[in-house]
Amino acid sequence: MATDGNTASRAVVHAGDLPDKPAPIATEGALAWMRDNLFNNVLNSVLTVSALALVLYVLPGALGWLIFNANWTGGAEACRANPDGACWPFVTTRWEQFLYGFYEKSERWRIDILLVVLAIGVAWMVWEKMPARRLVAMFMLFIYPVFAFIMLYGNETLGLPIVETPQWGGFTLTLVIALSGIVVSLPLGVLLALGRRSSMPIISLLSTIFIEFWRGIPLVAVLFMATIMFPLFLPAGVTFDQLLRAVIGVALFASAYMAEVVRGGLQAIPKGQYEGAMALGLPFGNMMRLIILPQALKIVIPGIVNTFIGLFKDTTLVLIIALFDLLGIVQASIADPNWSIKSVPYTGYAFVAIVFWICCYSMARYSRYIEDKLHTGHKR
Amino acid sequence: MATEPSKTVVPSAPSPAFWRDPDKRAMVYQALVVAFIIWLLYSIVNNTAVNMESRGLASGFGFLSTSAGFGIISTPFVPYSEESSYFTVFLVGLVNTIIVAFVGCILALLLGFVVGIARLSSNWLVQKIATFYIELFRNIPLLLQILFWYSAVLKPLPGPRELHEAGETVFFSINNRGLIFAEPVGQAGFQYVWYVFFAAIVIAWVISKWAAARQEQTGQQFPSLSVGAALIIGAPLLTFLLLGRPLEFQPAEMSRFALRGGVTIIPEFVALLLALVIYTAAYIAEIVRAGIQAVSHGQTEAGLALGIKPTHRMRLVVVPQAMRVIVPPLTSQFLNLTKNSSLATAIAYPDLFSVFAGTTLNQTGQAVEIMAMTLAVYLTLSLLTSAFMNWYNSRIKLVER
Repeated sequence: MATDGNTASRAVVHAGDLPDKPAPIATEGALAWMRDNLFNNVLNSVLTVSALALVLYVLPGALGWLIFNANWTGGAEACRANPDGACWPFVTTRWEQFLYGFYEKSERWRIDILLVVLAIGVAWMVWEKMPARRLVAMFMLFIYPVFAFIMLYGNETLGLPIVETPQWGGFTLTLVIALSGIVVSLPLGVLLALGRRSSMPIISLLSTIFIEFWRGIPLVAVLFMATIMFPLFLPAGVTFDQLLRAVIGVALFASAYMAEVVRGGLQAIPKGQYEGAMALGLPFGNMMRLIILPQALKIVIPGIVNTFIGLFKDTTLVLIIALFDLLGIVQASIADPNWSIKSVPYTGYAFVAIVFWICCYSMARYSRYIEDKLHTGHKR
Repeated sequence: MATEPSKTVVPSAPSPAFWRDPDKRAMVYQALVVAFIIWLLYSIVNNTAVNMESRGLASGFGFLSTSAGFGIISTPFVPYSEESSYFTVFLVGLVNTIIVAFVGCILALLLGFVVGIARLSSNWLVQKIATFYIELFRNIPLLLQILFWYSAVLKPLPGPRELHEAGETVFFSINNRGLIFAEPVGQAGFQYVWYVFFAAIVIAWVISKWAAARQEQTGQQFPSLSVGAALIIGAPLLTFLLLGRPLEFQPAEMSRFALRGGVTIIPEFVALLLALVIYTAAYIAEIVRAGIQAVSHGQTEAGLALGIKPTHRMRLVVVPQAMRVIVPPLTSQFLNLTKNSSLATAIAYPDLFSVFAGTTLNQTGQAVEIMAMTLAVYLTLSLLTSAFMNWYNSRIKLVER
């Protein structure tokens, strides 16, 4: 036992570091996180419990209806047999109509090509590592619309049969209206913004009146005017296509909003930039094109994207003047007696909502990403 | 004449050619633009006159006194029958638009503030739910939401016949005819409750002025907010109870087919209001969040360092500064809500657009006059709202040197 006594009196020396003791259970891990973020005081605990109750009340029902209890296969009969879930066959059997409208079946490849080019072009512009992005942007802004119009409408000499605009519909029509709106409103908005800030009093006054007029009236009124009043304004014998009139209305409406966004950007450019350009002897056009607008437009990209999101959502309003955009065509399909099932209207609206949500949310994310990239500093 | 002093002639540089002189060039540009606008307006007016004549349309506002001859489902405040004139139709539409816009703005503001503050909550779950709400409703077209509430939620509700038996008295009911509840009817003496209510508001205002003046002079505080609230709510309530509750609820009664009596809020209004409020509140929430976040964190920290109570820190330090950022975009959201109320035409809620620019225009064909009147209303509402908000904005803005 003497040896034992010896060992006991010997100092204990550890060569390396002892492993750390685990932190107290209340300061680390899931429990601590919950304590910090969910139950850090009485009010928050009450809020957490009631919010959890809300989530548990809404979520299972919504998910069950949309996914788990939904009808994914079969036809109208399957949906009629199970009315407690979404009726996705309604969408899958009609998705072509929802996408192309009443466009000639044999000519739908033209829309496909346009959609592919659009997707590539947008991806190119958005992805920062791609070369020649400015060139692609110019192509999308100026050449693509012409190309798209020829492809959609057709041209006899090119061997593309004409497809009249009343046959355009569905998501294609939504895109046509929204994209022509942005293509027209961007340059027009820049012009109006410059006009409003111009030192020439009459130009400034006229631009202000124009902008405030369009911003003061609802888009429904614009569309009504485009259908009812516009034909009255034209010389006798001159007629415009219904869709074209709607597009002109939407574009003018959007350009007023775009002008205000661009004006914000112009105001944010320090005066020294203008003075520097003038000191270099640049004429007005070059000063704007080379110095001011590149900076101003860059900082208002989020605003431009937000205006575009608004425009994109507003295209649904054309159903009021009997054009069949995505919402209009789904609305019309819901009325089909073959599909007069309780779950069909909900499914139709849910489908449109999902499509618009995905488009608008991804644009909003992009806008926020640019905003964060431009907005360095001041972060906490 | 002879006494005129002789001028020294300063030799000036030869004036540049007029196309090199910016002032003269500006003049030429503006003259061209004015000429173009005049030509455009002239040709529009001319074409319209020619077109209207060839279509046999009369011009002028004479049609306004003609009898309309159609019914409107909801005509609050304006007596209306099928014999009423088109001008009455205009008034009915105007009142309906103002009601939905006014109620919508208030509710959207309340909901937006709650969601916006929830979005900044330290509670993870609450914050995520608020974010989800904002991202969901902001990115779905308003028209779709209106149609959803109207044709997918309210219209499929059971009808009154399925819910109530004939002869039943109904105090509250939600069915596909709308929201129906008993009508409160003031009995003799109820007007005193109103008098006391208004008197309480005046007294509360006087107290708050007095409290502010006293605090300015002596530094002593007075809880004028809670006292005022207690007065405004308590005094009329007390009067009401003392008078022996002179208010009677007259329930609706189920006849064979429909509910008679009571107050009915039509489903079109409910759907439109729900959609407008939910949609706009999502935007207002983001504005509120951005406004509160725009107040530099140093302000909160300074408040903490001074030991100001959390509620006072919010009310006296953060919110007044946040309001400066919040108010301008809030104005445009109110304007948007007002303009968006014209989407009522999609579900036939009888707002200005639907009954006047819709039905009346179809019946009379007086497109120019009717559109001019409708647009004038919206432009006036826009101008009034922005004028009010500008006034408010100048009142609360930072006073600089």
